[in-house]
Amino acid sequence: MNWFYFSSPSTFYGLAGRLAPWCFVSAAVLAAWGLYLGLLVAPTDAQQGEVYRVIFIHVPTAWMSMFLYFIMACYCGLTLVFNTRLSAMMARAIAPTGAMFTFVALWTGSFWGRPTWGTYWVWDARLTSELVLLFLYFGYIALANAFEDPRRGDRAAALLALIGVVNLPIIYFSVQWWNTLHQGSSVNFKGTSMHVTMLTGMLVMSFAAWMYAIGAALVRVRSIILERERRTQWVRELKAA
Amino acid sequence: MNSVPQAPGSFSGGFAWAMARDLRLAWRHPDEAVLTVAFFVLVASLFPLGIGAEPQLLQRIGPGVIWVGALLAAFLALPGLFAADYADGSLEQMTLSPHPALGWAGGKIAAHWIVSGLPLTLLSPLIGLQYGLTPDTLLVQALSLAIGTPVLSLLGGACAALALGARGGGMLLALLALPLFVPVLIFGAGAAEAQATGLSPAPHLSLLAAALIAALVGLPWAVGAAVRIAVD
Amino acid sequence: MTGKHRSGTPDVLQVRDLACRRGPALLFSGLGFEVAGGELLCVRGPNGCGKTTLLRCVTGLTRPDEGTILWHGEPSHVDPERMRAGMAYAGHLPSLKDDLTAEENLEFSLRLRGAATTPGERREALAAVGLDKRRRIPSRRLSAGQRRRIGLARLALDPAELWILDEPLTALDDAGQALFTELLDRHLAAGGLALAATHHRLAPASGVVRELRLA
Repeated sequence: MNWFYFSSPSTFYGLAGRLAPWCFVSAAVLAAWGLYLGLLVAPTDAQQGEVYRVIFIHVPTAWMSMFLYFIMACYCGLTLVFNTRLSAMMARAIAPTGAMFTFVALWTGSFWGRPTWGTYWVWDARLTSELVLLFLYFGYIALANAFEDPRRGDRAAALLALIGVVNLPIIYFSVQWWNTLHQGSSVNFKGTSMHVTMLTGMLVMSFAAWMYAIGAALVRVRSIILERERRTQWVRELKAA
Repeated sequence: MNSVPQAPGSFSGGFAWAMARDLRLAWRHPDEAVLTVAFFVLVASLFPLGIGAEPQLLQRIGPGVIWVGALLAAFLALPGLFAADYADGSLEQMTLSPHPALGWAGGKIAAHWIVSGLPLTLLSPLIGLQYGLTPDTLLVQALSLAIGTPVLSLLGGACAALALGARGGGMLLALLALPLFVPVLIFGAGAAEAQATGLSPAPHLSLLAAALIAALVGLPWAVGAAVRIAVD
Repeated sequence: MTGKHRSGTPDVLQVRDLACRRGPALLFSGLGFEVAGGELLCVRGPNGCGKTTLLRCVTGLTRPDEGTILWHGEPSHVDPERMRAGMAYAGHLPSLKDDLTAEENLEFSLRLRGAATTPGERREALAAVGLDKRRRIPSRRLSAGQRRRIGLARLALDPAELWILDEPLTALDDAGQALFTELLDRHLAAGGLALAATHHRLAPASGVVRELRLA
């Protein structure tokens, strides 16, 4: 099999079109299941009461905000090293979804913070570094679109994304490195400190977020491909058909 | 005579070249460096006027205000770092020179720091006195600026090179650079604050020094790559 | 012919299968040519046909979409510094600092090229292009033609084997053009090679002049 078959924009355009609906359908099903588990089945938390249920949105979106940045940075590395066209388009397609997840994570976090900490916002290490992540996404999007020549924007923004990768471990380990208000992780490799249904609900919601992110990126990359390749033969044929 | 000249380029050659040239240019026009310093002093003086001149309050906010002032002053000096060289074609010649990019990029940033970061560092104790900081806090403050402002110059240099030729100029540069400055600000101001409240500033200073080492290793390379993208 | 740039391979610069697109437009593709020592290759064509882009691709400033550039038989991306040491590029932009004098500008550009020159040599070169009396005033007070002449002095002292010149005669008066032709003549006679994009006719006394026409 030719591994580079789908790295050509024209073939990937078709593949993305076929995959995207499945991603959205599975995202919807998983989200419905996850929310059912989280809001109706999971027991009330002994310490935090009903408020804790925001974690079914908050934790998956926060994970995705970091994970998507990592994936985006990987595509950016490919762009710079191999000068591939599709990887740059994928990075551009992921960025808005990543920014959205970062924003939702911050927003749901502040809703949780108000009843729990008594304030919508504190300047602790994790919140601050997550806010920096949001601005890194904004910076990436702004820089990528700031040039007449899209290829130039691709490469400049890719380099920025790679510099920003330093922020990821800071976010991830901030709750361990600094003694902050933000609570430590409830899930780790040695087992969890939470009820099984809670954990299941959270994982299901994470997969839903994942599926949504893939679907959204694929839909967006399709429109980027069409825009970039609008002068090529295959797009003209597509238009004629 | 040999047919192909042996590569006459070297890291030190490029570094010395960029540093000598940029310092001479800065010397011809000292107003830019003076403006940076004046801006720093002005910003730092505005806070007591705006917040109120209560000595205890000033002592409390002093380290943070000085750091924010230094950060903004360093940021304002950024656009000039590469813009002129980009406009007159000097950057093209640098990319095409036999000296590795690491050399001249490093030299340019070092010169930029000498013109912007170093005066701010040297001036900070004076501003600190206005805020009633104790001598040892002043010392830690100056030390944190001495370690932190090179990181700002390196990070800012990479961002300024990335934003060359982009639409949106200054605002775009702010969006790119300021979030990256955040950790430096936190550790830098944290060091002096720790000293002022009787804690050890060592952890903050070591983190700052670690950031400086990481920046020295990675960022000149990134600046070279960004310039290469810009002149394409 | 005995020159300082004699080398084993006849074709010092070889360009193969070069293709470059700017945005959606294809500027050229499948472009190939060779330049040997003592040769001048003039790139010709109407405005916007990609002459400047072609020169920039050869220098390495612009990354071509396809194709390779061989420098002394070796792909230029293998050891870019080696090719850069042997190549001087004079583009549209003057790369002069307005606040530095002609003398300082010349000194710094030659140091950047890794060329060791003495103040005496630099002064002589400036005198040869008619800037002897104006070498100590800031370049911002020189005319466009005089600024181009600093560029000529730079070429004269640059040890590069290959000159890549983008419209080298722009803003030069008749005397300046004659000076340039003389420099080019000396360069080619010494076994150097040149690639120039120009609308003018370049006729150095020595060397082989060939043309490359871009559609």
